[in-house]
Amino acid sequence: MTATQQLCTFFLNPYFFGIEVHKVQEVLRPQDITRVPLSDDVVGGLINLRGQIVTAIDLRGCLGLEASRNEGSMNVVVRTEEGAVSFLVDEIGDVVEVEDGGFEPPPDTLEGPVRELVRGVYKLKDRLLIVLDTTRALRQKNDEAALRMATE
Amino acid sequence: MGELDEIIKEFLVESNEGLDQVDCDLVALEKQPDDKELIARIFRAVHTLKGTSGILGFPLVESVTHAGESLLSRIRDGRLPMTPAIASALLSLVDFSRRAIQRVESNGSDSGEDGSLLVEQLRSLTGVPSATGTSSDVDVYSGQPETHRLGEILVEDGHLSQQAVHKALAQQKSGDSRKIGEILVGTGTVVPKAVVQALGTQADVRSASSASTIRVDVAMLDRVMNLVGELVLARNRTVQFAATSADAGFLSTVQSLNLITAELQEGVMKMRMLAIGNVWNKLPRLVRDMAQACGKQVRIEVDGSETELDKTIIEAIKDPLTHIVRNAIDHGIESPEERRSAGKHEEGVISLTAFHEGGYVNLNISDDGGGIDVERVKAKALARGLMSSEQLARASEREILHLIFVPGFSTAEKVTNISGRGVGMDVVKTNVEKIGGTVDIHSKPGQGTSLQIKIPLTLAIVPALVVTSHGERFAIPQVSLVELVRLNATSGSKQIENVRGAEVYRLRGNLLPLVRLDRQLGVEDDRATDDNLQIVVLQADGRQFGLLVDEINDTEEIVVKPLGKHLKNVACFAGATTMGDGRVALILDVRGLAQEARVVSENHRAMHGESLSTAASKEDRQQWLLFRAGTNARMAMHLSSVQRLEEIRRSDVEHSDNQDVVQYRGQIMPLVNVAENFKLEQGPGTDPLEVIVHAHRGRSVGFVVSEVLDVVEQTVVPERSGRRALLGSAVIQQRVTDIVDIDQLAEMALKTATQPSAALIGA
Repeated sequence: MTATQQLCTFFLNPYFFGIEVHKVQEVLRPQDITRVPLSDDVVGGLINLRGQIVTAIDLRGCLGLEASRNEGSMNVVVRTEEGAVSFLVDEIGDVVEVEDGGFEPPPDTLEGPVRELVRGVYKLKDRLLIVLDTTRALRQKNDEAALRMATE
Repeated sequence: MGELDEIIKEFLVESNEGLDQVDCDLVALEKQPDDKELIARIFRAVHTLKGTSGILGFPLVESVTHAGESLLSRIRDGRLPMTPAIASALLSLVDFSRRAIQRVESNGSDSGEDGSLLVEQLRSLTGVPSATGTSSDVDVYSGQPETHRLGEILVEDGHLSQQAVHKALAQQKSGDSRKIGEILVGTGTVVPKAVVQALGTQADVRSASSASTIRVDVAMLDRVMNLVGELVLARNRTVQFAATSADAGFLSTVQSLNLITAELQEGVMKMRMLAIGNVWNKLPRLVRDMAQACGKQVRIEVDGSETELDKTIIEAIKDPLTHIVRNAIDHGIESPEERRSAGKHEEGVISLTAFHEGGYVNLNISDDGGGIDVERVKAKALARGLMSSEQLARASEREILHLIFVPGFSTAEKVTNISGRGVGMDVVKTNVEKIGGTVDIHSKPGQGTSLQIKIPLTLAIVPALVVTSHGERFAIPQVSLVELVRLNATSGSKQIENVRGAEVYRLRGNLLPLVRLDRQLGVEDDRATDDNLQIVVLQADGRQFGLLVDEINDTEEIVVKPLGKHLKNVACFAGATTMGDGRVALILDVRGLAQEARVVSENHRAMHGESLSTAASKEDRQQWLLFRAGTNARMAMHLSSVQRLEEIRRSDVEHSDNQDVVQYRGQIMPLVNVAENFKLEQGPGTDPLEVIVHAHRGRSVGFVVSEVLDVVEQTVVPERSGRRALLGSAVIQQRVTDIVDIDQLAEMALKTATQPSAALIGA
């Protein structure tokens, strides 16, 4: 018997991503978003999550993808040590159960920032499911920000 | 076990409160040794402590308080006069008890210190040989933790003897149905007035100790507070939803939900409020001890101690306040001899005032000591390399005084054990600013120093002005707000004088540097027309600047929420808040914004943690006022040293003491002709005269120039010229420009003016 785990999936067209389901606090429909001028490019803005102010991360920008054309982005709210952070994604998928046997390191076809932030892929029947490393996705930006501040 | 813990916890809280009160009362008693009420209050507190510690089994506390009680009862009965030695002994009793109670809190037992010496001291002061123990009149109360009986109150207040009470009680037992007070008045042992007074005391004690107050864990209050915050937001959404509904029943329900929520919110806020007196209570003792240690005489005066503040704020200002008072005693108030020779009362006064103003609390701490020696501050700043001599020369007195808030700065010549170690005022400033407050300082040589602290009522909710810029709303904390100026819709752009990106506005003759919020935040677009702009005049680091926004919406109480770590490095924002419609609005950090926009002078940047080297490289990137003097000399001065620009008619110029003067705002303002002072070729002279007003040593001086040209912001490295009153020359706007040392010029001009000379205004 092989171990399985559940992934909360979402689309960042053309890619299909997943985050471990236990890290995800909730999934929200497009929210009113307040832009933060002068902030990092990857910061999409701020959303009001039941009175709590949550930073929304523009995951497309983060991964070096072009900005999406459709209006509202869905929110995948993730628990982190510093509180909740929301990832802005194109579309929400199902919760998928995957077997550890189907896991592989990132294939060579993945390039650039996507490759950096990815833990690996699961081969599903019809497509590849990319597992996002959330800590790295969040940490990387901070390092960049710190670097920029130091060199300024 | 749990119940006992509860009792001990209560004992700890009550005892600490009681001891704080005794502390205060003892210090007050030293001043008024005959105040019966004070003695009675001290006696009651010590007696209560003795009783409870006895019941709960803390023998050490019991033994010392017992000795203290005996001593106090003799003083109360007038058998012993109050002396400084007694006061000191009683104060050490308070300290001893406090330490013992601390030990109870940490290890559950009061032992760990020898109290016999103190007991001995108290007994010898009482005049009772140590072996005989207590005097009999104290034993009446033993075993009773609290006394509220009328007879006892009367005895404590010294109106009658224990025997008289016993007699009356016996009479009551034997069938007299009258109340004890009536019996006592009936037998003539006590005057009715005393009984009425005692009944009042009794009622106070009863109501205080019974159900009218309860103690609540602060964490619990915080939780309730958060929940109320959530409720407010839920309410906001409901109200918004209701706007689309036509159901009358639903609408009225929403209406009442709205009102109740608002009241609930207010109620919870009030629950967290504490009077500032809670902090001030500790100060009289501190002042007494410190004054004795320094050999000075200091009195403390308080006003407004009932002013209420949020508990977290009270905690946050406790240390800064203590520090300021320490400083005032150590450095501010002079020794009695010095004071006498300066013609002041030997006893120095430190006065504390607190009052509410526009959602903020103002605290004022002033002393009548020697004031701050500006020259010494300058010398120190120079020695420490905080400012160059040129910077110092042109810095205002205010700026120099503010140097004492720079880390590592201390003007005390000698390091005492109390202060002068170079840690201090910077910590005060940081702590106050951490809670969104501001500190300002004023000092008059020989007359004293006063510190003004302005702090918000609560940390959580701040009054703010909501503005719109480029379609986004921003909240500006009202503490930085000075005034609002609406630019005339039709001629809006004309009133803004735009010079190479450095925009200024003439606000009642004052040059106000402007910052466009949209431009500063990088959200500007081509659409920008200057129609209908609003200027929000803000204050940061003692400097004013105008923020240009599209619209001013409203003032609102906002709930401040911190920004996530991804946004920590954006200096312009202090946090975020949720608005009524559920959207998020950013809160502007006025100081951060001002620094980003470089409208506050550069030494402030150095003060606020930027390393000196980076500050030095930007050192002279400041705003300059360009003007023409004489026929063709281009000159510049720091915009910051310009108070106002005025036009003065020649006919208003008068002559006094070989000096051209003009009546200006109720003062006589000397006029200095710049061209003449630099021996430049005199121009034809204008009418009216173009006058640059500058505050020189607290007095306005008008500099007459031919024409005010421009305001520029740029890096200026003056090449020294060696001429008097000139910092040097530099190239500004591709032309050689002389940089004027305005203070030196003022000094020079006003000195020469006393000698006879030709007319000062160009013909």
